[in-house]
Amino acid sequence: MAMTWLWTGMVALSVVFGAMTGNLGALGGAALEGARSAVELCVSLAGVMCLWTGVMEVMNRSGLSALLARAFRPLLRRLLPRSAEDEETLAAVSANLSANMLGLGNAATPLGIRAAQRMARGSGGAASDELCLFVVLNTASVQLLPTTVASVRAALGCADPFDILPAVWLTSAGALAVGVAAAKLLARVWRS
Amino acid sequence: MSQLVIPAILCAVGLYGAIRRVDVYGALTKGAEEGLTVLLRILPSLVALLTAIAMFRASGAMEWFAGLLSPLLTALGIPPETAPLLIIRPISGSGALAVGAELMERCGVDSYAGRVAAVMLGSSETTFYTVAIYCGAAGIVKTRYTIPAALCADAAMFLLAAFAVRLFFTS
Repeated sequence: MAMTWLWTGMVALSVVFGAMTGNLGALGGAALEGARSAVELCVSLAGVMCLWTGVMEVMNRSGLSALLARAFRPLLRRLLPRSAEDEETLAAVSANLSANMLGLGNAATPLGIRAAQRMARGSGGAASDELCLFVVLNTASVQLLPTTVASVRAALGCADPFDILPAVWLTSAGALAVGVAAAKLLARVWRS
Repeated sequence: MSQLVIPAILCAVGLYGAIRRVDVYGALTKGAEEGLTVLLRILPSLVALLTAIAMFRASGAMEWFAGLLSPLLTALGIPPETAPLLIIRPISGSGALAVGAELMERCGVDSYAGRVAAVMLGSSETTFYTVAIYCGAAGIVKTRYTIPAALCADAAMFLLAAFAVRLFFTS
C-alpha cells in the first residue's frame, strides 16, 4: 500500500503544482516521455544485466557461495549463539548471508526464509532477539559486486561502472555495523 | 585499476568453474536467462514510476520539495538531488532503481550526486520488503525493534554513501 500512496500522491501533487506554476500543459508530454524512457532503460540494461546474472550462476554452481558460507560460520556462532546450536539453522543462515553477498537474490530468499522459520519456532509470534538481528543482517547486507547498479551505470554510458566498488564496500560494511549495534542496543531496552 | 575488475572476474570465474568441472557455458546462459526474468519483473514498476517522476519534475513539484529538504541534506553532506531516493529506497527496490537511474541520467553518472545515488543503490536492501518477507514467512506478528534497527542502518548508509564518495573521488 505504501507504493500506492506514493505513486498516487506524486501524480496528484504534480497536477496541483502544475496548475499553480502554469506547467500543466507540459505534464502529459512528460508522462509519456517517462513511460518511454523506462523501456529504453530496460533495453539498454538487458545485455549487461544478463551477463552478470550468468556469471553469478557460474559462481553459484562452482561452489563459491558454499566456500563463503563456511567462512562465515565462526562469526555467526558469536553473533547468534543460540541459533547456532542447531546445525541446520546455522547452515541456512550462513548460506543465506553468503548468497546475499554474492548478489544471488533468488537463492538467498528461500534460505533466509528457512532460517527465519527455524529461529521462530516456539516463539509465539514475537521475534526473538536473534531473529531481529538476523533480519537486520539481511536488510543491511553487504554486496561484493553490486551488478544491477553497475549495469545501470554502464547503460547510461559510464566508462568505468565499477569505480564505485570501494565506496560501496565501505558504505555497506559501515551500515551493517550500525545495524548490528542498533539491534544489540535495542535488545537491552526494548520492552515486551 | 577498477577497469580490470570486469575482465578479471570473467576470467577467474570461468577458470575456477572449469577446474571444478562445472558446465560453465551452460550455467552462464542459464543465468542470463534468469536475468531476463528479473528485467521483466522490474519493467512494469519502472514504467509506472518513471511516468510519475517525469510528471512530478515537469510540474515543478520536485524542485519545490528538493528546495525544502536541501538545507538539511546539505548540512549532512548528502547531495540534495538524492532526496527522492532517500524516501523510496527502504520501500521499493525497483522504485529506487527507477529514481536512481533517472537521477544518474540527469546529473551525470560520474557527477557527485550520480555517484552517491549509485553507492546508495549498491549498498542497501529494500528494508520493509525484507522484514515483511522473513517475518511473514516465519509467522512473526510482533517484529519488535527489527524495523527501527534496520532504519538506523539505512540512515547510516545514506550518510556513509555521501562520505565515501567524497573520500574516494576528489573532483
